[in-house]
Amino acid sequence: MLQSIVSYGLAVGAVYALIGITYNVMYSASRVFSFTAGMLGMLGGVLGALFIQKMGINAVLGFVMVLACGAVLGIVTELLTVRPVLKSIEQHLYVLSTLAFALMIQQVTAIEWGTEAQPFPVLLPIGEGWLDQKFWLPLLACAVTIGGLEFLYRYTLIGRAFLAIAEDNYAARALGLPETWLRIASFALAGMIGTLAGFTGAQMLLAFFGNQSILNFYGFVPVALGGMGSNRGAVIGGLALGLFQQAANFLVGGIFAAVAVFAVFIVVLLLRPEGIAGASTARRV
Amino acid sequence: MTEITTPIRAGGASTGWLGRLEGKLSWILLGLAGLALPLLDDSYMGTIATRAYIYWVLSAGLNLVVGYAGQIAIGWVSMLTLGAYTTAALAAGRVGPEWPVYLALLAGGGVGAVFGVVVGLPALRLRTFYFAMTTLGFATIATQVALAWKDVTGGGVGTPGPVFPWPFDPGWGFYYFCFLLAAVATWITANIGSSRYGRALVAIRDAEVAAEASGIAKPRLLVLIFLLAGALGGIAGGLFASLQSYITPDAFTFEMSVLFFIGILIGGRGSILGPALGTLILTVLPEIAAPLVQWSTFLYAALLLLIVLVIPGGIADLLDYRNRRPLEQHREIVPRPDLLPRVLGDQNARTLIALKGIRLHFGGVKAIDGLDLEIHGGEVHGLIGPNGSGKTTTLNVVSGYYRPREGSLRVDGSDLPFERPHVRAQWRIARTFQTPRVVGAASVLENVMIGGTVHGHGTFAESMLSLPRHRLDERVLREAAMLALATVGLESLASVRADRLQHSELRFVEIARALVLRPACLMLDEPAAGLSAEEIRRLGGLIKAISRAGTAVLLVEHHADLIFDICDRVTVLNLGKVLAAGTPEEIRSHREVVSAYLGA
Repeated sequence: MLQSIVSYGLAVGAVYALIGITYNVMYSASRVFSFTAGMLGMLGGVLGALFIQKMGINAVLGFVMVLACGAVLGIVTELLTVRPVLKSIEQHLYVLSTLAFALMIQQVTAIEWGTEAQPFPVLLPIGEGWLDQKFWLPLLACAVTIGGLEFLYRYTLIGRAFLAIAEDNYAARALGLPETWLRIASFALAGMIGTLAGFTGAQMLLAFFGNQSILNFYGFVPVALGGMGSNRGAVIGGLALGLFQQAANFLVGGIFAAVAVFAVFIVVLLLRPEGIAGASTARRV
Repeated sequence: MTEITTPIRAGGASTGWLGRLEGKLSWILLGLAGLALPLLDDSYMGTIATRAYIYWVLSAGLNLVVGYAGQIAIGWVSMLTLGAYTTAALAAGRVGPEWPVYLALLAGGGVGAVFGVVVGLPALRLRTFYFAMTTLGFATIATQVALAWKDVTGGGVGTPGPVFPWPFDPGWGFYYFCFLLAAVATWITANIGSSRYGRALVAIRDAEVAAEASGIAKPRLLVLIFLLAGALGGIAGGLFASLQSYITPDAFTFEMSVLFFIGILIGGRGSILGPALGTLILTVLPEIAAPLVQWSTFLYAALLLLIVLVIPGGIADLLDYRNRRPLEQHREIVPRPDLLPRVLGDQNARTLIALKGIRLHFGGVKAIDGLDLEIHGGEVHGLIGPNGSGKTTTLNVVSGYYRPREGSLRVDGSDLPFERPHVRAQWRIARTFQTPRVVGAASVLENVMIGGTVHGHGTFAESMLSLPRHRLDERVLREAAMLALATVGLESLASVRADRLQHSELRFVEIARALVLRPACLMLDEPAAGLSAEEIRRLGGLIKAISRAGTAVLLVEHHADLIFDICDRVTVLNLGKVLAAGTPEEIRSHREVVSAYLGA
């Protein structure tokens, strides 16, 4: 039982962590929380199953196509739902515009793909237990993403430009950084990370349109607890959340797990509004 | 404050019985249509109308949360879920003995109220998106629990809904029951909306800092609103369960939340009629466009996107013709300081505010470094100094936005607690802001009334039911606000939306809002910035008159002429320390001040 708690918990946790990183990448570039994070995760699974299972496309090509779709959706998100409301960000209209867009996509999925959860193909039949693809693939994806982002931010010029935008938008623009293009790139990147999460986790979570709201919430919990914009916080929070959820599922049942996660979420945020690792913000007057 | 003899009339506002009727005409027509609907004897239409009423019972409460307080509660369907299952389970005897159905419905409302607050808690401290996410998460979890908790909810199989006994038995009896409850929900939320609580909610939404300075305690107010909105949602849930006659977790989709939400947004923020019509239309629309049922959620979402991008103000904004009439072009602000004694009342006790040894650091920067300052009632105290010398910071310490590291702050000898900005109004300390903080969507009069929030005596419940004390509060406050507006010379603009005013006029609106508090101490943060020379002269006269009526005035300003014209004492700050203090004459000839700040 311990093995299945740990293997399953870590795998689900890795998916949550990746969705959390998706939130972060979009947030860093635009100060916008976007409800499209869960949508991307849901689509990663659905599109993967569609391309590989239904249409019989080669797995590698299908995978690339899924990521490409994610990037395109990320760009559309930026153009359609973020940029028009960015100039009056204090009104928080982005909450509604991104939610509306995510719901539209979800509804199209429900109608065209169906409302039943459908299986996702096994791509790498190496073995059983720990070696089962559904357990290690999300963890691998998470590790690769974190490594890739670290490399990007630390060692490449464009990555530093990302950081500059995230740190101080105005100063970055004054330095002549192409803020708009960097924001589009960030949303494309977030789109790829989000669909990657869904793709790698889909064997476990199935290709199901309803995953959207679940991933939206459980992907946000680690971000809120770990502090906005902190990818490390998202990974630690995500894995912890996955383990906690599975342990509770096995030991005391699903109701308790759901309620407990929600209770922890609210209590922590009331005590530490900026998250466990976050720093508080400054003056209002 | 009760013996204001000559009321000052709001310019252009129709206050006759005809005008009042005009405002209520839409409601009367809606009500008559609702009462007469059973005459058609069409049970299909009756069901749809019943559903619309039930949705509105929930949306009426949600409207206060979303439309007034500006909290993005996107998952409020969870209250419907909770109310439905509570009522159904209790009435069916799944938990203990069978409850009478009406009692079970009340219990549904109670459970809704409790969880309305639980879900709302994060909104008291957190940023908007967190709250949106909490409500969404709660909606997800409520459905999961409904699926898993089979003993009570019947799991995926579901449970039968309650059946109300005579006189509200299924059919037209139940129809009238829902109609009645929808009418009650409309009435109480409209009462709240037009009370000081409603104005405070809008102030929290659009000008939170000013709301705090006017004595509005955000957490307390929001908890009350979440209680009410949760209770209405729970009751709507109980009715919904009865209408459905059989409920499963599938019945409470997240899409329903979106419907409620869009109904309110379409209607417009801060309106009751608009959202009511919005909810009605959105409930009926899919029934007419039957082939589109499959796509209804998609269309709702597309509509939401369209509203956000194209008409963020909703229908209410589109229909607001009155505020599209052009204003007079060359307006002049002519204050009437002679009205001040009536605005401020008796100020025999001269307040003394004393700051002693205040030290405040921002990281390594010493913003205030050992400041002593006394502000006396009946005097204008000028606070000047170069940028970054700690003027506004001092003001923010007094108004409770910063906690200094050391020092004491006393009002007439008793300690004024640091931080806690919303208690300042109870100590009758008012202020204005460097950039005016007003509620753009509210009228000038309503903005000024916000300043007198703490003078109301009626409780939330009294306002909800429009009891006499509430009505007296409103009348007194309205008169006081009109008087304050007349004093600063803006009474002709009372009914105009505040965001249509010029910058200089907003400065005077802020002063009027502060005056309604009848302040013992008034702090003005660069009130002359952006004003013309003539306006500055009039402002100076007004400020001086305010102090002569007994109020202690602390004036932070850069216009040296204004300072030396009207101040009784001047303190000069530099690098967080007092460089010089004394009468204007002493300061003007102080060598260091002249070389450091005033120039030769």
